[in-house]
Amino acid sequence: MRLDLRVGMDVGGTNTDAVVLDENNRILARTKQATTSDVRSGMQNALTYVIDALGTDAQRIGRVMLGTTHATNAILERRSLGRVAAIRLGAPASLSLEPMESWPDDLREAVCVDACILEGGHYVDGRRISPLDEDGIRKFLSSVANTVDAIAITSIFSPTSPQDEERAREIVSEVLGSNMAVTLSHEIGSLGLLERENATILNAALFGVIGQVITATQDVINSAGLVVEMLLAQNDGTLMALDFARRFPILTIGSGPANSLRGAAFLTGLTNSIVVDVGGTSTDFGVLINGYPRESAAAVEIGGVRTNFRMPDLLSIAIGGGTIVSGTAAQPVVGPLSVGYRLNTDALIYGGVTPTLTDALVAEGRLQLGSHTVPQGEEEKLKSALHSATESIADAIDRVTVGNALLPLIAVGGGSLLIPPDIAGVSRVLHPENGDIANAIGAAIAWVSGHWEGVVAHGDEFNQAVANGRAIACRRAIEAGADPQLVEVVDQTETPLSYLSTPTVRLVIKAAGPLSNL
Amino acid sequence: MSKKRITAIAQITQINKDDVEDLAFGCALLGTGGGGSVGGSILEVKSAIRKFGPVSVVQLEDVAADGLVMPICGIGAPTISFEMLNNGGEAHLLRQEVERVFNKPVVAIMASEIGGSNGVEPVMWASRLGLPIVDADTMGRAFPEVQMGSFFVRGLPLTPIILVDFQGNSVTITPTSGESAESESRAFTIAAGGVALMADYINPAATMIGNVIVGSISNAIAMGRAVRGTQEPIARLTELLGAQALITGKISEIERHTHGGFVRGSVTISGTGIDSGRQVRIDIQNENLVAKENGRILASVPDLISVLDTQTGTAIATEEIKYAMRVTAMAWPCDPLWRTERALQTVGPRAFGYDIDYVPIEDSLR
Repeated sequence: MRLDLRVGMDVGGTNTDAVVLDENNRILARTKQATTSDVRSGMQNALTYVIDALGTDAQRIGRVMLGTTHATNAILERRSLGRVAAIRLGAPASLSLEPMESWPDDLREAVCVDACILEGGHYVDGRRISPLDEDGIRKFLSSVANTVDAIAITSIFSPTSPQDEERAREIVSEVLGSNMAVTLSHEIGSLGLLERENATILNAALFGVIGQVITATQDVINSAGLVVEMLLAQNDGTLMALDFARRFPILTIGSGPANSLRGAAFLTGLTNSIVVDVGGTSTDFGVLINGYPRESAAAVEIGGVRTNFRMPDLLSIAIGGGTIVSGTAAQPVVGPLSVGYRLNTDALIYGGVTPTLTDALVAEGRLQLGSHTVPQGEEEKLKSALHSATESIADAIDRVTVGNALLPLIAVGGGSLLIPPDIAGVSRVLHPENGDIANAIGAAIAWVSGHWEGVVAHGDEFNQAVANGRAIACRRAIEAGADPQLVEVVDQTETPLSYLSTPTVRLVIKAAGPLSNL
Repeated sequence: MSKKRITAIAQITQINKDDVEDLAFGCALLGTGGGGSVGGSILEVKSAIRKFGPVSVVQLEDVAADGLVMPICGIGAPTISFEMLNNGGEAHLLRQEVERVFNKPVVAIMASEIGGSNGVEPVMWASRLGLPIVDADTMGRAFPEVQMGSFFVRGLPLTPIILVDFQGNSVTITPTSGESAESESRAFTIAAGGVALMADYINPAATMIGNVIVGSISNAIAMGRAVRGTQEPIARLTELLGAQALITGKISEIERHTHGGFVRGSVTISGTGIDSGRQVRIDIQNENLVAKENGRILASVPDLISVLDTQTGTAIATEEIKYAMRVTAMAWPCDPLWRTERALQTVGPRAFGYDIDYVPIEDSLR
């Protein structure tokens, strides 16, 4: 039996979508189910639906790719988070700000067991700041031994000099046993101590959450009678293997928008375009560059905490299919409130009393939907509101546009009809079939990736250092499940650093490749 | 025709935790694209005020005339300072060394440079030292080199210069020229791993009076208070500063490279809305130095040129500028202190290698 089918599943706030693709990426089955409060039954409903639709072919399913908002929600709701002890290495530098000092109180209380700043760490040029305080690490670990779920270790300039973090991890397993979960900051983030440390601690707090997600999904898969490999979607639009996801659960944050961008690219065959994902309450605007989401350079806040790890660069506006229209025909008010999931009871076209942008689409004749006609008295206001919403959309498109060349626009998501075919600022508008499940498709077709980053001085050893970095990025992609024959470097970014005696750059390398065959 | 400044600036007497974001907002604007990002400094200052208390803000006339005022600035690469954070004791060591060398007490500290992180961080040091901070600085903005300050222009004693690092290393240098001051302090900074804390032009308060840019801290906080959270940030700022919006549009071109420790290049803004069809190019050497349209100079250093987020009014540092950002370029007059012949030799366009004469923004936009 060939295991040539893949299931892409996306658990969002409103809907859980699933899609089945064969090895030629043909869509064999698809569904959109409501996300349930226990999440698990929503997944079960979606998976059962596509398995039933496949019939006996369901045995050919070899992989399930999951995109999920569990980790994001755990942080936002301060729920199911692990208890973390944070070690920072680099004293006497950095004593002015303690780990987690700038966090929201409730999140710090939920996560922090204790934190310390000990001697260790390196300068930018690789010199030691101070000898590693191994005794201090041992004492600190002993003091938290019975109250901690995970250890987060951050050393100054570890992205270029990781050895103190690695030694500290060995000490953790000597003192607390090799089963104690550890996150090292150089594996998580880039330069910028506090942001990297924050992401490292959050990652350590998410080990339990990701474990529960994986177990629940595997239960759903098993109870459906499947024996498959499972992968998780991450925020750059690529996939990671389960053992990698268990180590880096924070990378699942932001995977939803990334998947929908990648799904849009797949559905249209376009690699450079604007992607607009129109939902019920909001619309996300992103940009595809060479088939991948453009990433945000600015610090990303998660649950009130600044981090610096990579995320899709998105612009969101409060306009969606359920957006409420008020005001008058002369001065319509569009949103920001939405009827959300109550669209099919509250909207005018379903006999409700709340005018929405979906009603406006029907009034305008761009959509035929609903059980009722739009009351004549509302028509002018709705049309005028739709005009105003279109202007806001065009404005957002202009804001995400790069350079002077017009890009095509791909409209996906449940409310994608809000994007008219003649919207300003783009070369053309595509409404691909199955665009409403673009995120599940994005998960199913994704490649597997690995990263490396560091600071490299120009000179004799520059090329060697770059070659090493590229090799490490490829190795990490292969470890995550990529086909060793097909892995390649997909991105290499150099950022110059000023004020150093030798010209020096920060180098970020990303490798990716398709999944190896089962 | 440039507008006159019409809003009076309220004089600040104390900086509390709640003032820090406003101060940082103003310092970022006064950074004119350089001076280092204020984001990290905000956390450090808030933390210090929480632990060591709020900071008194004084005028030079309010402190003992013969008491030393210690101008402070961090020097080095911002990227490194975000990774290798302060120990917290640097300013104590700096004060101790200053008092040892001068054999006199320090009665207040002052920001050498109000623009960027160097305008925000001294508030942390003041809080930690329990000393007041003077409502003034020597630039009224950000400049890339240490001699580009009012004390140099006015010929105040520069030396000895004292530098410290987080390890507790300190040096006292007595260079023979402003250029040597720059290269000697840079040498220490590199040895210190790329960041150091420096005091120069350490002088009695009485010597400094009339030779500083007055009201820098009040001014920066006023900008934050006037603008943060409002719907029309650009209008509020132009009114507050007597500034001119040069163009509103999108970043359409960026040319940026690092040479000799500095970021050089240019950004081009293509106008949108009422500015459609116009293009303004801004030349950069760490800071925004010259704004041109079709070869015509709209504004030039030492007048202040800032690139702001059109929606929020937040200043955008040169290294943060990206394609397609929606921005407004704004320029406003520098302190009159910078407009003398001698001052312009130090900070005018020619000091940065541009073969143009300085034209005050009020005249160039007439």
